[in-house]
Amino acid sequence: MSLAADHRTRSTSERGSRGLRLRGLVRKEFLEIIRDPSSIAIAFLLPVVLLLIFGFGVSLDAEHVPIAVVVDQPSAETAAFTAHLERSPYFEPLLLFRMDEAERAMRARRVSAILRLRSDFARRRRIGGAPIQVIVNGVDANTGRLVMGYLDGVWIRWLEQRGRDAGEPLDVPVSVQERVWFNSELESRNFLVPGLIAIIMTLIGALLTAMVMAREWERGTMEALLATPVAVWEILLGKLIPYFLLGTGGMILSVTLAVWLFGVPLRGSLAVLFAASTLFLLAALGMGMLISIVAKNQFVAGQVAIIVTFLPAFILSGFLFDIRSMPAPLQLLTHIIPARYFVAILQTEFLAGDVPSVVWPNGFALSIMALLFLGLSRLKSGKRLE
Amino acid sequence: MRRRILALVIKEFLVLLKDPRSRFVIIIPPFVQLLVFGFAASFDLNDIPLAVYCEDPGADAQELLAGFRHSPHFSDVAVIARDEEIRPLVDGRVALVVLHIGPRFSRDLRLRRPAAVQVIVDGRDSNTALVALGYVRGIVDRFNRRWAEQHGVPALPARLQPRAWFNPNLESRWFVVPGIVGLLTLVVTMLVTALSVAREREQGTFDQTLVAPFRPGEILLGKAIPGLVIGLAEASGIILVAVYGFRIPLLGDLTTLYTGLVLFLIAAVGIGLMISSLAVTQQQGLLGAFLFLVPAIILSGFATPIANMPPFLQQVTLVNPLRYLLVILRGVFLEGTPFHLLLDQFWPMALIGAVNLAAATWLFRRRLY
Repeated sequence: MSLAADHRTRSTSERGSRGLRLRGLVRKEFLEIIRDPSSIAIAFLLPVVLLLIFGFGVSLDAEHVPIAVVVDQPSAETAAFTAHLERSPYFEPLLLFRMDEAERAMRARRVSAILRLRSDFARRRRIGGAPIQVIVNGVDANTGRLVMGYLDGVWIRWLEQRGRDAGEPLDVPVSVQERVWFNSELESRNFLVPGLIAIIMTLIGALLTAMVMAREWERGTMEALLATPVAVWEILLGKLIPYFLLGTGGMILSVTLAVWLFGVPLRGSLAVLFAASTLFLLAALGMGMLISIVAKNQFVAGQVAIIVTFLPAFILSGFLFDIRSMPAPLQLLTHIIPARYFVAILQTEFLAGDVPSVVWPNGFALSIMALLFLGLSRLKSGKRLE
Repeated sequence: MRRRILALVIKEFLVLLKDPRSRFVIIIPPFVQLLVFGFAASFDLNDIPLAVYCEDPGADAQELLAGFRHSPHFSDVAVIARDEEIRPLVDGRVALVVLHIGPRFSRDLRLRRPAAVQVIVDGRDSNTALVALGYVRGIVDRFNRRWAEQHGVPALPARLQPRAWFNPNLESRWFVVPGIVGLLTLVVTMLVTALSVAREREQGTFDQTLVAPFRPGEILLGKAIPGLVIGLAEASGIILVAVYGFRIPLLGDLTTLYTGLVLFLIAAVGIGLMISSLAVTQQQGLLGAFLFLVPAIILSGFATPIANMPPFLQQVTLVNPLRYLLVILRGVFLEGTPFHLLLDQFWPMALIGAVNLAAATWLFRRRLY
């Protein structure tokens, strides 16, 4: 039976008490937050722990890669080459004399690559085109590719050095002048930490609210609330306001840590950053509410929240994996994930600055998402008892 | 005693599988995730948006450009004619790479002076930028070699011959999918075990179990076995999809693989039960599971290598059972690593498992009354 219609017919003289009712609900929610320390933990402890773990733990920059160097016949030429390898910060060479030793080391994961200078290295070098055999462990494809790139760099520097020593500059027809904008050192932390904020906000917004509302249904306190003259939107707002404030606190904490602890440049304006995060937080809270209303059970709500909010924010948002390289159907799927738009804004705001052509479309998408999820929660939560 | 435990195990399975919503949560999402992540979690790039700024009408410049146009890694999104056009394209993420060939390119090349092409890359995503730069170098390198052959330029004194073992085409998917087997098995097992006691506490059925003639150890075993069985079933299903769906080579033998899985599951169930005995409410149980899961996934080498972490964090990863399982999974799948080479991965997991179960029993007894 719908109590909403009944409620509407009540006299307008009660309108004044609405503000009071809402205040009461917000107060009740705050008391619950304070009394159950796990909510406070999600909002303030989780961001710090996550930022520290992700900020230090997630790095795509390989350094000191252990590499086996097999020199069949040591000579001055080969020594010059290995010296370049030793000087490189990317490698930690391990000199071996037999190929089967190197292969064993690779299988036991003691080295990630093998570089072999054959016995005819010096001779073939003089006539031109001595092959340098390189074998990388391809299990981790991305690191394998990076190692190949680093070795390429060592090889070029060695060639240039030789050219200078011999007085004949290296004859390469076309050279590439590389310029990397926004992150010239190509530090992966500068790219990962901003995206991480989106993940933390997803956790605070969606996971926390999903659990909280499902708990009320499970304990039966929701039915008690429904029996009072409180309107549905007041119940929803009463939940939204406290968790919105908690989420904003988590956001401020995260941005501060990103800039102060990790030294990520913040080139955009704080106003744009906080406007975007407000929109995102509303969308995340909306998702959490919707999940709890549909699930009505903490076990299911918690699982669903992790599966439809946290994991997609991690994998499908562009935080770690490039969206443009995903198969077309998955690229379409990423459009319904709010974190995707927020990650785009965060990475741009931190590293590039206020770029209207990034901020406006993504901000617009975030507002649609927020409206959609909050609207759906309102629709789905009629005053009904089942 | 065996009958009593069996009764508890059956009860636990009924609780998990009879409710259609919790049945759904255990079965469907892991497979959806496997599909989505298997296809999405990749560091390989194709169709990198490229903007071409070519000021040289000569044939050599066109030949270099053809190298980019024929590459599957790049797709042209813009042709520009002025310097000012570069910034908006890169800022707005329309183009990831801008290739600038100056007006003197062909002349320098013909006069055997070093000819330069300028490449501007959007570094917001540092890994994508690095990979894209690698592709650019490869294409220019191929152009150089052909040009040198055609124009009698002496070849370079030495060249690299790179090759990759175990994954010759360096496909990220081969790396990621075996990792997902470990990741999803862990997530499902944790959720099944971490919430089990807290749920009963909230619903009040825990008291009933306590007054029934069970010993605490039996109650705990009754909770542990379903977690173990569901974890094993889940892992087997995912392995089947990985081999037959994603066509990931499974070179090693299954005995090695399942030895690793069982040891891992014992460790994971132990952690889940510890959280479960500590948590009073399901929210706390879920939070506990989460506070364990997130660091466990990040510090396992699932997405980014452990070797890239600072040394103190590398030490921390030693207590993470997922770290060892991932080495076993990738080794057995891609390298066909035999049992004896993985002993170093087995014993730490067994140790972690024993410690966890002991701790869970102790905590469980203490929190009973």
